[in-house]
Amino acid sequence: MIWIDTIIQGVLLGGLYALFAAGLSLVFGIMRLVNLAHGDLIIFAAYLILLLVSLLGLSPFLAAIIAAPIMFGVGWALQRHVLNRVLGPDILPPLLVTFGLSVVLQNALLEGFSADSQRLPTGEIATASVQLGGLNLGVLPLLTFASAILVIVGLNQLFYRTELGRAFRATSDDAVTAGLMGIRPERIFATATAIAMLVVTLAALYLGMRANFDPNIGPARLIYAFEAVIIGGLGSLWGTLVGGVIIGVAQTLGAAINPEWQILAGHLAFLIVLLIKPRGLFPRAVD
Amino acid sequence: MADIPMYRVRTQTRASYSAGAVCVVLIAVFILLPAFAGRGLIQDLFFIFTMLVLAQFWNLLAGYGGLVSVGQQAFVGMGAYAMFGGVILWGMDPVPAILLGGVAALIVAIPTAFFAFRLQGAYFAIGTWVIAEVMRLLVAQWKLLGGGTGTSLPRTATREMWATEWIQATFDVRGAAARDILTYWLALGLVIATIAGIYWLLRTKRGLALAAVRDNVEAAKSVGVDAARMKWLVYLVSAMGTGLTGALIYVQKVRISPDAAFSVTDWTAYVIFIVVIGGIGTIEGPILGVLVFFILQSLLADYGSWYLMVLGLIGIVVMLFAPRGLWGLISEKTGLQLFPVRRRLVLTNPQDGANTPKTDK
Amino acid sequence: MSLLETHALTASYGDFQALFGVDIRLEEGEAVAIIGANGAGKSTLMRSISGVLINETDQVQFDGQPIGHLTADEIMARGVAMVPEGRRLFPSLSVEENLLIGTYGRKVAGHWSLETVYDLFPILQERRNHPGTALSGGQQQMVAIGRALMSNPRVLLCDEISLGLAPVVIKDIYAAVPRIQDAGASLIVVEQDIGQAMKVSDRVYCMMEGRVTLEGAADTLSREAIHDAYFGGATI
Ligand SMILES: Nc1ncnc2c1ncn2[C@@H]1O[C@H](COP(=O)(O)OP(=O)(O)O)[C@@H](O)[C@H]1O
Ligand SMILES: [Mg+2]
Repeated sequence: MIWIDTIIQGVLLGGLYALFAAGLSLVFGIMRLVNLAHGDLIIFAAYLILLLVSLLGLSPFLAAIIAAPIMFGVGWALQRHVLNRVLGPDILPPLLVTFGLSVVLQNALLEGFSADSQRLPTGEIATASVQLGGLNLGVLPLLTFASAILVIVGLNQLFYRTELGRAFRATSDDAVTAGLMGIRPERIFATATAIAMLVVTLAALYLGMRANFDPNIGPARLIYAFEAVIIGGLGSLWGTLVGGVIIGVAQTLGAAINPEWQILAGHLAFLIVLLIKPRGLFPRAVD
Repeated sequence: MADIPMYRVRTQTRASYSAGAVCVVLIAVFILLPAFAGRGLIQDLFFIFTMLVLAQFWNLLAGYGGLVSVGQQAFVGMGAYAMFGGVILWGMDPVPAILLGGVAALIVAIPTAFFAFRLQGAYFAIGTWVIAEVMRLLVAQWKLLGGGTGTSLPRTATREMWATEWIQATFDVRGAAARDILTYWLALGLVIATIAGIYWLLRTKRGLALAAVRDNVEAAKSVGVDAARMKWLVYLVSAMGTGLTGALIYVQKVRISPDAAFSVTDWTAYVIFIVVIGGIGTIEGPILGVLVFFILQSLLADYGSWYLMVLGLIGIVVMLFAPRGLWGLISEKTGLQLFPVRRRLVLTNPQDGANTPKTDK
Repeated sequence: MSLLETHALTASYGDFQALFGVDIRLEEGEAVAIIGANGAGKSTLMRSISGVLINETDQVQFDGQPIGHLTADEIMARGVAMVPEGRRLFPSLSVEENLLIGTYGRKVAGHWSLETVYDLFPILQERRNHPGTALSGGQQQMVAIGRALMSNPRVLLCDEISLGLAPVVIKDIYAAVPRIQDAGASLIVVEQDIGQAMKVSDRVYCMMEGRVTLEGAADTLSREAIHDAYFGGATI
């Protein structure tokens, strides 16, 4: 029973990682952009929510709703004015620019908010739990997992059911030919990053309610997110969820054996999957 | 038939001869420096030299080999910990134990490469980073070397380190300062060996192929097999050099912890900034970059996080507006090349026919 | 005034100049063939007109307006659609999605819609849910043409639509050209193969090494003149 409990906790934790990763997966899938600042953008959004909570006295959920359009704009501007300029066959320029951005963001937050740990106020929901068949499940982890599923369903709908989604896929396949269809790749990319920032805001909300955060924890979150994306396979959103769950379960199982092995077990699971399937579990047929 | 111009293939430039002469003088000055300089300057130069070596190896990897690794801290950490292991567990002297660091990094690089070379581009970058994290977490489990909190080199080992007694007597300094001088000389030697070695490697036929691969995808296809072998060579050499440097850095630091020795910021982020700001894909770039890095650090050291913010911003601006870095700007304006690795065709007078056209093999 | 004109059009790839002052024109309702050997610069000309390559403002005129400086999406929005060389279907999109994406940048009512495209190429309706790239070469070419038609363009640029196809299939594809014209589009048809393109076109341009070497009404040109213009016999 204890093992089942551990595994379920891991699955739920995987939901949080999938939320971290979903935006990354979207951007990575569409424009092959490795955004090394993704983790720091999550932390940035968490501070934005915190700021709104403390300035306006809002609940974190309301604050996130206000933060979302701001993050959307940040994502759009970032892609339009900075990242689009370095996209190309060479992965080094975007890697370096986002790396620089990560350093800038971290230190700007450090300057603005100090290195102290923060947490979003949550009230009762943080400790609330439900009994399910003898298992005691936290409401917040359940909510996180449900949100992850919702985000992935929503993004999939957008991707496969809308004209914008078609344009995303077409541009990802062949940007020049997409231009001949009247698609402007720079705008498509900016829209994609902006949407990714909406997901980032949601990830920030749950991160901030579930755990302490400080300006320096972005990169660690980024690693989990990347692991989820890569395990899942480039451009597969459900794969990203599966990847998040694998990392989450590996971490809780590792922690159950020895608390010091939590992170290590997650990384090892990632390396093992990649050793067996270098392109992830659900790679797209064409790439 | 009209005069046929004669061409000679040369890689030397006039600037490269002068640079060679300046280098010899500089090296002599650096060797003798501890006789006049204070301990602060020696420590600063140690920092500059070791960062420069790390930058040269990362540049070899990413700038020439196209292997964008975000996991070089794995080799710094492994090198440093192997050195500590040699000293603490086997009672070795720290100086020869540095070599152990290089060997250890080389050994862990082999399975790492087998794994990482299965990954492409961005996957490679992330994969190398995760491997470095795994090594950090594993080393943190090694209780004999202090586990997660780390440990220090034993007093006896540092006091009786090779040559320190002689340095103490010759320069009339105390133990800690003597150790600084010793590590400074070792760092100087490492810099010279690294730059000379990379310069030599890039001028061999294979090295030129490597540069061609970087410059031209088509060329990469036509020399495919050789390129794969070059990747291995470049990766292993960089790992070993990085491991040696890591061990040396921690002989000087004396205290180690997994978080510090495997720090992605200190050993990879800074190094990447140095290379990018200076100019990727050149030997001169990292040299210029490390100087800029050091000057910035000295100027802004009191401003804490502002310093890193400025560094990050400069990195972004350089990548956006001068992707070939400061050295790229300089050599574009002046045509200057101190370490020419590309072959140039030099027009010679047909009367000098005795100079048969030659290519270096 | 012609519907589409180029004036002393030049184009380069880095240091390599591919077009040296090309003048062509297309009248409303016309079909014009551009023929020439591999490497003559035909695709470069198409890329320049469609905005994949950017030119000087006045070098390309459409409907009396200079469009040389516009980008591909802007030119497409004005009603110049292209069937690119090698078809270039989007592999992640199904046949139907490939067709639908053709309207992304230009939604004007007109003859062409999913229904009428399926009517033109019935096989596509059967295959509508297959990935575009899972089709045979001829069917892929039909998708590429249909995709361009979906925006109801005023000018349709077709770059080597017979490339790599069997003669029977080529015939099928070319059978669509008169129907496209009847629906109101003017066409430029680029081919290496002289036969098919000449049959459907009113006028012909022959290109060699980045220049137009011959121009005339399709039915007045002699085989020798075309042969010389094509292979360079007359100029050497
Ligand atoms: N992307 C490109 N980069 C460099 N040169 C090109 C490129 N595309 C075409 N060329 C060159 O331009 C010339 C004209 O090519 P193209 O317009 O494709 O000819 P065509 O379509 O008539 O076969 C050729 O010499 C070709 O090698
Ligand atoms: Mg062509």
